Amino acid sequence: MEVGQKRVNMLGEDETELRLGLPGGGGDHVAAKNGTHTAKGSYNGKRGFNETMDLKLKLSSKETAAATVDEGKDLPKERNLLGGSGDSVKPPPAKAQVVGWPPVRSFRRNILAQKSSTGGHEDAAFVKVSMDGAPYLRKVDLKMYKSYQELSDALGNMFSSFTIGTCGSQGMKDFMNESKLMDLLNSSDYVPSYEDKDGDWMHVGDVPWEMFVDSCKRLRIMKGTEAIGLAPRAMEKCKNRS
Amino acid sequence: MSHDPAEMSEDDERAPPADRGRAEYASPHADQVLENVLENVLVFLTCRRDRNSVSLVCKSWCRAEALTRPELFIGNCYAVSPARATERFERVRSVALKGKPRFADFSLLPPDWGAHFAPWVSAMAGAYPGLEKVYLKRMSVTDEDLAVLARSFPRFKELALVCCEGFGTSGLAVVASHCRQLRVLDLIESEVTDDEVDWISCFPDGATSLESLIFDCVECPINFDALEKLVARSSSLKKLRLNIYVCIGQLYRLMIRAPQLTHLGTGSFSPSEIVQQGDQEPDYASAFAACRSLVCLSGFREIIPDYLPAIYPVCANLTSLNFSYANINAEQLRSVISRCHKLQIFWVLDSICDEGLQAVAATCKDLRELRVFPIDAMENNEGPVSDVGFLAIAEGCRKLQSILYFCQQMTNAAVIAMSNNCPDLVVFRLCIIPRYQADRITEEPMDEGFGAIVKNCKKLTRLAVSGLLTDRAFSYIGQYGKLVQTLSVAFNGDSDMGLKYVLEGCSSLQKLEIRDSPFGDSALLSGLHHYYNMRFLWMSSCRVTRRGCREIARQMPGLVVEVFSWNNNAQDRGEENDIVETLYMYRSLARRVDAPKYVEIL
Repeated sequence: MEVGQKRVNMLGEDETELRLGLPGGGGDHVAAKNGTHTAKGSYNGKRGFNETMDLKLKLSSKETAAATVDEGKDLPKERNLLGGSGDSVKPPPAKAQVVGWPPVRSFRRNILAQKSSTGGHEDAAFVKVSMDGAPYLRKVDLKMYKSYQELSDALGNMFSSFTIGTCGSQGMKDFMNESKLMDLLNSSDYVPSYEDKDGDWMHVGDVPWEMFVDSCKRLRIMKGTEAIGLAPRAMEKCKNRS
Repeated sequence: MSHDPAEMSEDDERAPPADRGRAEYASPHADQVLENVLENVLVFLTCRRDRNSVSLVCKSWCRAEALTRPELFIGNCYAVSPARATERFERVRSVALKGKPRFADFSLLPPDWGAHFAPWVSAMAGAYPGLEKVYLKRMSVTDEDLAVLARSFPRFKELALVCCEGFGTSGLAVVASHCRQLRVLDLIESEVTDDEVDWISCFPDGATSLESLIFDCVECPINFDALEKLVARSSSLKKLRLNIYVCIGQLYRLMIRAPQLTHLGTGSFSPSEIVQQGDQEPDYASAFAACRSLVCLSGFREIIPDYLPAIYPVCANLTSLNFSYANINAEQLRSVISRCHKLQIFWVLDSICDEGLQAVAATCKDLRELRVFPIDAMENNEGPVSDVGFLAIAEGCRKLQSILYFCQQMTNAAVIAMSNNCPDLVVFRLCIIPRYQADRITEEPMDEGFGAIVKNCKKLTRLAVSGLLTDRAFSYIGQYGKLVQTLSVAFNGDSDMGLKYVLEGCSSLQKLEIRDSPFGDSALLSGLHHYYNMRFLWMSSCRVTRRGCREIARQMPGLVVEVFSWNNNAQDRGEENDIVETLYMYRSLARRVDAPKYVEIL
């Protein structure tokens, strides 16, 4: 972009950018000024944090740390511009957007992201996730993940960290016990299912990932006993579609 | 829109007198008479700056003031411990607490940093049984905290949660059901979890005292029938701000039951399903016309511009209009704004373009506050608004006091024009979205524009800068910004001199937040004379090192110096010469006991 180019020339040297922002920041800057756009959903650093914010109630630091780490593989690249703890600075992906810039509140940004109709941006795909027996719902942005495995890891983190002992009954306490929960999640006792655009409840994993993201309206982690009826319908639907 | 309590000062955290015995220096009788007289006089003192001055006169005045202060304002919840605050001020009816630093709004604060309401509500439960009002901003509030609040204060009347998180509809349900005298429930830009609890149905049967019910930020469906009945039995209701799940047909039903409303948030402002041609739709305009006292309008979350004419009947009386979620163009705006002669506060999206701003400037001669938000928050070559619209506002709205303006392009000339035309400016926040962006026409830095603002706007107390700025801009700010209390800096400046100018020149500075600017230890250490006068300093992605931060902590024991980064953990703190990712320091009479592992307190 011309103004950007001229500015660099006017100040005489490229080094100026490095003084301020470091290789990462400079790279960001040039990429941004060249008019490249980041698909809103693909910026893992900021979205990762917003994702974590969506997890809302009863977050334990362990859970948020885990969630952040999951989504935050890109975090050091964008945020750690000055190599805070002596790690070498990794240049950010070319289309990265800077965290928290421009200073539009996450709340407003999320709302506008859902409304935005300008071309080239992927809208967020927020769906509610409920787990049978869990006291609270969560919301996830399916566009944050690229595969069923990533989604499964994220869900596992999300529902595994209720603080023990702050809820009422003993039954709830057992449920909140992390290792028990992970056992349940990993066993065949719990089945993740989703409601698709037609209102049918389907077994997660039956269709290709992209098709799933497009058609999923809501997620529910069901008790195995209730999910028995799902599989055959899912198969039929796929057959009908293909 | 967020509302702040009336202007209040910072010094509620001063130490209480060392001894609390009642009559140690004079004869008991004289001292008690003095205090009784004083207490009766001090009741009339409402401004907290005045109260802070009173408390400095002598110990007995301090005590008398502490006993008569009804409103407690804590600008930084970590500046004082709940125990200390409740010990000093015994008869408090209203508490305002602010928690996280503002940059938390932009994802610059890692999660679970703190600002928990829990220790405060538990201390207040014991100390202030007569508590009536709580205002929280950027605090972490859980459902359990709300339950404690609802159960501990039988006279509780007003709850406002601004930019808070950590609670859900379960917590709202407890407040609604237990706070029988509730007048105000204001949820503003807070994150509320959907626990699928029907909190609207939890309000008690029978007439309520509700005057304000604001829940436009609650992104969960609500029970509309229950809401309709609630509105019908709340004859004092003046402020109602609905969420996106209320469609325009439902809005109509509520409005005809509440024509006394002064503040209305319209919810989605579109029908719940596609309306076929020929369908009978209610006369929305007549519902608006019936609300003769309406002065503040917001919402429009999913606006279909065809419905805009419905609000024409109220435009002439509007003093506040929030279109900041309405994606409308200049033409659609013009039809509304041309009728809004009394408008003082206007929030809008940049979808209205420079033409839309020209329409605003042509009509809204009384405008005091303007906020223009970007639909597309990416760095672009061009945007829908620029220095052209900005200049129109400068020329048309001479009474402007507060501006927040996002744009892709700006010129020094336009900013200088505003500095000359709008002498009443108190808040000037200009966000040129592309970082390091120079003047669009001259390609010079934006130093002269911001310099003119601090020089000409003699009432300026809040400033946010952007664009390409050299140290010269900061020398202007230090030289002329004597009243500036809050300064935000991002991707600006050349060297330590920039920050030095500010710290040495801005004698009123209270809140300084800086990101991604080349200021290091030498600049940091130049502010030692001033840090106790400030509420906080935030520096992220700058050049201060652990050594520099430690030196501050060593020299200023009255500051809490927090250092952290996103990937920090207790075992891997880093070397003394390492640059710290985030420095957050603030004056305090307490040490944090709840800091997460990644926060290191030097």
